[in-house]
Amino acid sequence: MTFYGIVDGSESSLKHFLAQLPGVDQVGADARAAMLATRSIKTSSKRWAIDTAISMVDLTTLEGADTAGKVRALCSKAVRPDPTDSTVPSVGAICVYNDMVSIARMHLDAIGGKHVPVAAVSTAFPSGRASMEVKIQDTQDAIDAGAAEIDMVIDRGAFLSGQYGLVFDEIVKIREVCGDRAHLKVIFETGELVTYDNVRKASYLAMLAGADFIKTSTGKVAPAATPPVVLVMLEAVRDFYQMTQRRIGVKPAGGIRNTKDAIKQLVLVNETAGPEWLTPEYFRIGASALLNDLLMQRMKMDDGYYASPNYVTID
Amino acid sequence: MTFEYAPAPESRAIVDIKAKYGHFIDGKFVPGKKHFATINPATEEVLSQISLGGVSDVDKAVAAAQKAYTKTWSKLSGKERGKYLYRIARILQERAREFAVLETLDNGKPIRETRDIDIPLVAAHFFYHAGWADKLDYAGLGKSPQPHGVAGQIVPWNFPLLMLAWKVAPALATGNTVVLKPAETTSLTALLFAEVCQQAELPDGVVNIVTGDGSTGAAIVNHPGIHKIAFTGSTDVGKKIARAIAGTNKKATLELGGKGANIVFDDAPLDETVEGIVNGIFFNQGHVCCAGSRLILQEGIADELIEKLKVRMAKIRVGDPLDKNTDLGAINSQEQLSKINELASAGEAEGAERWSPACNLSAKGFWFAPTIFTGVTQAHRIAREEIFGPVLSILTFRTPQEAIEKANNTPFGLSAGVWSEKGSRILWATQQLRAGVVWANTFNKFDPASPFGGYKESGWGREGGKHGLAAYLKEGK
Repeated sequence: MTFYGIVDGSESSLKHFLAQLPGVDQVGADARAAMLATRSIKTSSKRWAIDTAISMVDLTTLEGADTAGKVRALCSKAVRPDPTDSTVPSVGAICVYNDMVSIARMHLDAIGGKHVPVAAVSTAFPSGRASMEVKIQDTQDAIDAGAAEIDMVIDRGAFLSGQYGLVFDEIVKIREVCGDRAHLKVIFETGELVTYDNVRKASYLAMLAGADFIKTSTGKVAPAATPPVVLVMLEAVRDFYQMTQRRIGVKPAGGIRNTKDAIKQLVLVNETAGPEWLTPEYFRIGASALLNDLLMQRMKMDDGYYASPNYVTID
Repeated sequence: MTFEYAPAPESRAIVDIKAKYGHFIDGKFVPGKKHFATINPATEEVLSQISLGGVSDVDKAVAAAQKAYTKTWSKLSGKERGKYLYRIARILQERAREFAVLETLDNGKPIRETRDIDIPLVAAHFFYHAGWADKLDYAGLGKSPQPHGVAGQIVPWNFPLLMLAWKVAPALATGNTVVLKPAETTSLTALLFAEVCQQAELPDGVVNIVTGDGSTGAAIVNHPGIHKIAFTGSTDVGKKIARAIAGTNKKATLELGGKGANIVFDDAPLDETVEGIVNGIFFNQGHVCCAGSRLILQEGIADELIEKLKVRMAKIRVGDPLDKNTDLGAINSQEQLSKINELASAGEAEGAERWSPACNLSAKGFWFAPTIFTGVTQAHRIAREEIFGPVLSILTFRTPQEAIEKANNTPFGLSAGVWSEKGSRILWATQQLRAGVVWANTFNKFDPASPFGGYKESGWGREGGKHGLAAYLKEGK
């Protein structure tokens, strides 16, 4: 079996492929991300960026305290982020735990949100510490309940101990479970991988194993979606497209809380991977608090002043 | 729908440009006799009229500097001189936006660079040298090192205020007084700096600024009251200065041209290398004496890297220098643009392949698209002569030894870069390179603590750091 004609999935072929990837110079990557953060996005371009960012939000609740009521409220918000303004687009997806998928799907369908997909975090999220059988069952359950997107975590322990084959096999198996029924996002937890070299290696590992999206973090570990980490991942999807003609999406998640941060992410996409990635099909932002800041900034652009936070709904 | 960045111009309301400027002599602005126009190179708009200094203006300035040297400045303790430098540094920080906008208007460089690089470095140079002022006896420069007296300083147009800071800060810290001439096309920030000297209540005559052209510079160089020359500019003028002061007691530091080699080994971190190449040659429109204007690539990665470089170059935003999103601004003058055009045409005529991304260049002002030449050999003019514009010559090599030979095969020796993830290779290469500054896995990084200067025809002496101080001091009694 071969993957894109690049690796055969064996430990040795993966080791060989990953070893020949060029390194990432940390100072240089940080400097590039910092320079792009100085882009000044104003007026019409800011308006476009805010609406685009809203349509890319994977509106997320991943708490032990989640209830059906909380998830339903979030679904309503996802479909109509601003109940007073129908020109605000729906968000990219709802992102919940496995057991909340059917509740979210049913509620979305009931309120005219058929177009909003449900994403389920999977494979013993966030730690990934469970047997393969459990991870497969976790994923299968979520898809059966109506999840159209699976956000799996990689086995960071295996990755950090150099067992790339193990990480790869898990992604391949989950990819098989997803089949044509669900998009697969692969979460690296870049805060635990630590180095940009590791982020680049993990990106290729996931893309070769069949990921549709690569995702920075669970949101449970800091640092999460820092601009240089996202930069390295965007370079990876850009170069992978050159190699294979297959476009993989990127999802930063964790730490993107306000409009400024979100626009910085869009600038990174625009000037690294390119404008082809600037759609919810290829770029998502995993967030919860971000959506309200985007709405506040949108209102400010329309009205010319900042409204009280009471003018946006809390969930 | 694509992500177009709407115009984001920095306001020019913060600067107040006078219709006409005089010289700054003995703490006061004195009117000049003849004037010439200074323009905004991005629009060709006339910004102001600048005085053309003659021998008599230089005489007055030198006399003021001599008086200030003997009466006040040489009498002050290092600690007291340091206080003035700290004060100047703080005022420069407070007025940073004003200086950034003015520099961009007069020079054509993007506001992002004046705001984030030029002006912060200017303040940093004054802070750094302020700290040295009271420590000179302990700097390892001998017992009680002494200033020379009056320093004649001639600065170029590529980093007008930064080059002023490189020269004025160490001169004042070491107890010298100054007669400085800014470049003909970029006098405005030096004249605003004169206002800062007044605001800081620097004693009259310690800093004197005479504006003008090459003849004004020659008057400074040839003036018998000048004890030390500090010049940054072309190698041609540098040679003239060296001839002019031969046989005199005048000391000199010359910071001249370059043809920096940027060597990329096949184990380089490619994406950051591309950034470094772009920063090496397109920073400040390539108007950088230490620019990485010769890219020397290991053959195995040449094609891949050039492809990546082209993709990246297509993202360079060329246009209004005052727009905060502009990466590449205007060429400083018609004269410089003609020189770049001439050498680029020579590159094509000699058979190198020219490439630029699609760029909408304004009809008004002086513009040149970011350009690379591939298939360049050592024998091409564009591999040997300094273009001083956004033009990169790309050569290849097979072995590390060949890379070093090519890099060193130039009359210049100002800067070089090495890109590799292998530490031992970097250390080996940096030892072989005959250049005053060698960057590893980065390019065009500046710091006041780091000495800067050239080998061979790139100059004499060093500026910055302890080495730079030494140039302004002589052995004590």
